[in-house]
Amino acid sequence: MDAAQANRRLILRLLMASVLMFGFGFALVPLYDVFCKVTGLNGRITATGPVDAVAVDTARSVKVRLIAINNEGMPWAFGPTESLLRVNPGEMKQTAYRASNPTTRRMVAQAIPSVSPGEAAQYLHKINCFCFDSQALEGGGAIDMPLMFMIDTDLPESIHTITLSYTLFDISPDKTGTAENDTQEGGSPI
Amino acid sequence: MSTLDTAAPGAHEEHHGPATGIGRWLFTTNHKDIGTLYLWFSLLMFLIGGVMALLIRSELFQPGLQLVEPGFFNQLTTMHGLIMVFGAVMPAFVGLANWMVPLMIGAPDMALPRMNNWSFWILPFAFAILVSTLFMDGGAPNFGWTFYAPLSTTYAPPSVTYFIFAIHIMGASSIMGAINIIATILNLRAPGMTMMKLPLFVWTWLITAFLLIAVMPVLAGVVTMMLMDIHFGTSFFNAAGGGDPVLFQHVFWFFGHPEVYIMILPAFGIVSQIIPTFSRKKLFGYASMVYATASIAILSFLVWAHHMFTVGLPLVGELFFMFATMLIAVPTGVKVFNWVATMYRGSLTFETPMLFAIAFVVLFTIGGFSGLMLAIAPVDFQYHDTYFVVAHFHYVLVPGAIFSIMAGVYYWLPKWTGHALNESMGKFHFWCSFIGVNITFFPMHFLGLAGMPRRIPDYALQFADFNMVATVGAFIFGFSQLLFVWNVIHCIRSRETVSAQVWEGAHGLEWEVPSPAPYHTHTTPPRVE
Repeated sequence: MDAAQANRRLILRLLMASVLMFGFGFALVPLYDVFCKVTGLNGRITATGPVDAVAVDTARSVKVRLIAINNEGMPWAFGPTESLLRVNPGEMKQTAYRASNPTTRRMVAQAIPSVSPGEAAQYLHKINCFCFDSQALEGGGAIDMPLMFMIDTDLPESIHTITLSYTLFDISPDKTGTAENDTQEGGSPI
Repeated sequence: MSTLDTAAPGAHEEHHGPATGIGRWLFTTNHKDIGTLYLWFSLLMFLIGGVMALLIRSELFQPGLQLVEPGFFNQLTTMHGLIMVFGAVMPAFVGLANWMVPLMIGAPDMALPRMNNWSFWILPFAFAILVSTLFMDGGAPNFGWTFYAPLSTTYAPPSVTYFIFAIHIMGASSIMGAINIIATILNLRAPGMTMMKLPLFVWTWLITAFLLIAVMPVLAGVVTMMLMDIHFGTSFFNAAGGGDPVLFQHVFWFFGHPEVYIMILPAFGIVSQIIPTFSRKKLFGYASMVYATASIAILSFLVWAHHMFTVGLPLVGELFFMFATMLIAVPTGVKVFNWVATMYRGSLTFETPMLFAIAFVVLFTIGGFSGLMLAIAPVDFQYHDTYFVVAHFHYVLVPGAIFSIMAGVYYWLPKWTGHALNESMGKFHFWCSFIGVNITFFPMHFLGLAGMPRRIPDYALQFADFNMVATVGAFIFGFSQLLFVWNVIHCIRSRETVSAQVWEGAHGLEWEVPSPAPYHTHTTPPRVE
């Protein structure tokens, strides 16, 4: 019967559309990342790893403010060794964040970076950052975590200050209560 | 395919009636039975959600904490929203579609009657699961009906898992219902019933069904991501693992904005049926109504981030979403113009359905205007998450969606039951509702502009007077819905019969079948013109 066939075909198509849209919901996750990368929105730093040395633009200096935030319930002492830097575009700058674990147990932490203003993110090269890996500390231990970055010489003139913020999350495997038990071994969340 | 067979000449000529007992309702594949089930279920949910609303308003009658714990207050606001959106408004529209779409297009039943039975009967289970969370350790979901992560993941009560499964079931029900409606409208139209002759209620439901198929799976996806974040160690929305809570809002509102049109497009359809009947004129600008509905549906996919102006969107994004949102006012304005133009120089009478329909046009427009105010990105920073937002969406949902459902029920109830309405009680219900709804929600505009935040059990003293007024209005509105229940039962039990046409100015296939509509209608497809 023609009508029955037409019905079946239409229903199959509509079911397919629902399944596709379910997939699309999940596809939004990588799409969102790609969108942020392409546009440099959301303060995400995409340029990581070694860079070629370029001529330093000594005519200009940019203020770089370093901020540390502990996520809720994170007991570590965490902060930058210098909170304000003056950096010339093209210059490789090394600084560090200091962290200490005041508890008696071994804990693992992950720092999540953010850059403000967001449009500066694409001009910031992170050559090396402690946020690339998770950081483990024995109870009572302390560590200086290095950060090496360069600001692109193409940084728009309108940007005078860049704020680099790190939020420290407790991702210890024995942590109770919340879901994220993976320690991101060797993986960078950025 | 049995429905198609019954349409064939010779098959099942005799009109057998419904089965008897509870089995009639459990195993029914009849579109009228299922429509009735949907409508009763929706009424029950409306009353449960309404009781929660009255508890919320009672707590807010005076500043200070007197009636409920703040934690329970959050559970109330969350459950009120979820029950009203997914339990009251959406099933009511599906119920009306079940009843009226086959009657209006000359089809003997829905295209997939067995799936129809299923899409209704999984709903009570979904809501039993959802409501049972109120009695669980840690309480019901307390993160607002928008369930933003990480409130709904990291910080959620254990009952969130039940909430997620309830949403999955509701989503499955809606998708099945939508597929059924599309198949019915596209494949089961009577000969001569071309697309551009479809009654507007059918048109708006066709478009709504496509919206449902497009976004309910995305909702299922986002709650699945939550489930994985909570139980399987993923980090979709967890910054520590490289996820992003703002992503949740993007995915949620990609579903959520079309969802608000899912709740209003069928309302446009109902009003577009009622106003021409009581104006005794044809609907003004039929084609433009169809195109306006379609444009609203398409635009609804491009405006989701106007719910998120304050998350730190880039300027270009704010401007895009601001202008895209304002653009929706154009097709909506076309609709309001057409309704008013239909009434212009018509022979108007003001029976109960017409009163609700006119109130819909006026009050929905007020809600639309406050929506335009909220669309202005720079001022939204002031209005965001205040009672102004609460006032806005209650104006479009209560005197919008709910009034249209009541208008539809009053309009079609004589056709369903074969009995006349009690007009004076209907009008009494209308005026109580109309006055109550405005006393409840209008002061909320002022509260919001003055800075009262939403979802709080206690507030600063300067908000006391308007809150007291709103609570009084809420009780007027809430208790006047008992009149609605009385009217419906009275009409079912009344002995006063009505003609097939019921209303003097009513036209269309549904008014050509006898009143009450027989259990099986259009078994031989009618010819349209």
